[in-house]
Amino acid sequence: MTVSRPWQLTMRVLALAWLLALLLVPVALIFYRTFEPGIGAVWDSITTPAAISAFWLTIEVSAIAVAVNTVLGVVMALALARGRWRGKWLMDTLIDLPFAISPVVVGLSLILVYGTTGWFGRDLADAGIQVIFSTPGIVLATVFVTLPFVVREVTPVLREVGDDQEQAAATLGASGWQTFWRITLPSIRWGIAYGVVLTTARAIGEFGAVSVVSGKVSGETETLTLLVEKRFANFDLAGAYAASALLAAIALLTLLVMTTFNRRREEA
Amino acid sequence: MKARTLFAALSALATILVVAACGGSSDEKGGGSTGSASSGGGGTTLSLVAYSTPQVVYDEIIPEFQKTPEGEGVEFKTSFGASGDQSRAVEAGLKADVVSFSVEPDMTRLVDAGIVAPDWKDTPHDGLVTTSIVAFVVRPGNPKNIRTWDDLLKPGVEVLTPNPFTSGAAKWNLLAAYGQASDGGKNPEAGLAYVEELIKDHVKVQDKSGREALQTFVGGQGDVLLSYEYEAVTAQKKGEDVDYVVPDDSIRIDIDIATTVDAPEQAKTFLDYVLSPPAQELFASWGYRPVNEEVLEAHADQFPTPRGLFTIDDLGGWAKVNEELFDIESGSIAKIEEEAGVATSE
Amino acid sequence: MSAIALPRRRPAARSGALALGISTLWLSVIVLLPLAAVVVRSLDGGVGDFWDAVSSRQAVAALRFTILVSLATAAINAVTGTLLAWVLVRDRFPGKKVVNALIDLPFALPTIVAGLTLLALYGPNSPLGIDVAFTQFAVLLALLFVTQPFVVRSVQPVLIEVDREMEEAAISLGASNRTVFLRIILPNLLPAILSGAGLAFARAVGEFGSIVLISGNVPFDTQVSSVYIFKLIESDAPIGAAAVSVVLLLVSVLVLAGIRLLGRWGARHDR
Repeated sequence: MTVSRPWQLTMRVLALAWLLALLLVPVALIFYRTFEPGIGAVWDSITTPAAISAFWLTIEVSAIAVAVNTVLGVVMALALARGRWRGKWLMDTLIDLPFAISPVVVGLSLILVYGTTGWFGRDLADAGIQVIFSTPGIVLATVFVTLPFVVREVTPVLREVGDDQEQAAATLGASGWQTFWRITLPSIRWGIAYGVVLTTARAIGEFGAVSVVSGKVSGETETLTLLVEKRFANFDLAGAYAASALLAAIALLTLLVMTTFNRRREEA
Repeated sequence: MKARTLFAALSALATILVVAACGGSSDEKGGGSTGSASSGGGGTTLSLVAYSTPQVVYDEIIPEFQKTPEGEGVEFKTSFGASGDQSRAVEAGLKADVVSFSVEPDMTRLVDAGIVAPDWKDTPHDGLVTTSIVAFVVRPGNPKNIRTWDDLLKPGVEVLTPNPFTSGAAKWNLLAAYGQASDGGKNPEAGLAYVEELIKDHVKVQDKSGREALQTFVGGQGDVLLSYEYEAVTAQKKGEDVDYVVPDDSIRIDIDIATTVDAPEQAKTFLDYVLSPPAQELFASWGYRPVNEEVLEAHADQFPTPRGLFTIDDLGGWAKVNEELFDIESGSIAKIEEEAGVATSE
Repeated sequence: MSAIALPRRRPAARSGALALGISTLWLSVIVLLPLAAVVVRSLDGGVGDFWDAVSSRQAVAALRFTILVSLATAAINAVTGTLLAWVLVRDRFPGKKVVNALIDLPFALPTIVAGLTLLALYGPNSPLGIDVAFTQFAVLLALLFVTQPFVVRSVQPVLIEVDREMEEAAISLGASNRTVFLRIILPNLLPAILSGAGLAFARAVGEFGSIVLISGNVPFDTQVSSVYIFKLIESDAPIGAAAVSVVLLLVSVLVLAGIRLLGRWGARHDR
């Protein structure tokens, strides 16, 4: 439908005004404060050994969280949008819960389960696996808090697109796998793309839960967000902003990659 | 096709990155030698787990220690965070060889858990590494001329102090307020009356931690901030535009340090070094009152002793204070907070 | 070649069951297990302690404020997010790509930075002359900032995939824009809007880092449940903390279920 010109302009203005107040101005301020001391200072800030360690740890943890949650997110979306079974409301609720639980409690719940005095504590210790206060714990916490994104992005798209083509393919003898790869997956690529973008952004920006399970050992279990907090505590606001700008850059890069990827597919 | 390559790329990336990042832990520009995370070779690695503020000092102490014959070849892993959180983490299994906290209950927790020996206080300095006092942080030039505790209760004066329940270390502020009004703990009613008036009429914002309270203050809120003397000095040294006043009456803030029971020999050596003059000098340069008497003497004009200085023991010790004042359900200060909150919402 | 007619349902049913099985296992391990641990912990002192912790005046006040401000956040986001998604998908203007890129930033930024920035912008030293810090409105502001991306990103992919033919058919039959939007587009977007709003609500309810600097955290006034829970943990009352968390979760479950039921009712009503 084509919207009338006045309406289109009104909506554009309203949307941009809202964004300006609530997003653009704060983000601009952050970038301004980051680069106020000069690009050289920013570069120094993000290339200290601690920052480099934190950067790679954040990338590592987020990459795992994204990979895992993308695959399982699509699986869950399929179960919700294509499956025929009762109790969908229960799964729906469980999927949204990771957010509703306060980040500090997320960390504590993981300690209760995987910590040395937790439910699996002794078994893990016997197997020589350290989860809490080590990278696996950080990964777990991040996977937990980013669980809903891909499934929530993909499910409405799956419903919107409908399963006519899939049924047709099945009639023609395609196996479930083939139907999935050739028909379902391409139809949900934008849902997956935005799901990945959101998951990445959230994973790299996670602080509360990671703060509790990490142990904050500088150079080992310190993520970029923990580094930001530490710099803040040490009155190194410029350094804190610099590390935040790095996080923002990663998020922007992710979006760029995902949307370019999709557009090329569209043109193909 | 596109999805397949994407998944493949993601998995490959994840596999490559499973190698732990070990690029070192120094946060100084140009790198430093605070010790790297997991370099091979001989030598011990000591884990220092401490509360957040003295990081700037340890960043200087550790390299100095490594230059000494006892400290040569000793690597360090450091972890800094809120005192209570760090203590709980060590209790829950975070490996630590040397620990330092800003309130004694955080050390007691580890004693109860069998991680720190019960005789940790049997040192020449009663287990302390430095001390400080509660001071008033004010705007440059002290425009409202706030010098005494009575000045805090003047009409229109807004006081910032972090919430004592979200920050264990912030309890010192209210203990100072309570102690000075109650004549060192002898008159609890007067003490509570003061604290009540302070919180109800003069504290409008309850930040989660001392650092955040300082940030709020620097951000333009409030007329005076209750904080530790060394926080003010460190802030000034780091370029924050604040002044501070040492009131006549204040409480001595005790910062403790100990080694854990499973710590290697070098932990004790490091502890001794931290208590020795070179390290204590470094503490003094950042505003911490040294426990080493010589160093304290040398900095006497920087660290005036308040006439009415009292300690936590004068108030009955932490166990008593935590139970009577700070118990979240039945403590007097908890009750004051509740009533103040109710009044604000109506 | 296998029989064409007979296996029509089976591959779908088999893979459907597989998807369900994997999903259940995944959710049980990652979500249910830790949550169960919290529930068990909350009952470590028996039901009496649990009840005392959750019925304290501060707990109730914090919960009420949290729920209300989070509902407001979700509702506002539902409207502004849809508007933004519409403008980003269907409109064209210079700088649109930049705007689109910035939408996710509230997620990527550590919550302390969000808090610092909002304090600088809308606090005592505000360059804009707006000082709303340490009020209930400040909490709403912080929540709106961090939940920005939810509804927008939820609606965008659906809007991209929406079948324009239906719209065009309706228009050629003489339907007004308003009718087309309300009767055809909106029902299609509703699941996505609700999905996004639900996530925004859930996030708002648990949000901590960006609020704690700008809210003032005054009990019975601007203290949210997550800050109260943090207080309990720091005061060595872990059972109370677990108990309040469980109640917060239960209430979230109720509201989330309510939102979804509303959507289902609305969708049924329109078709």
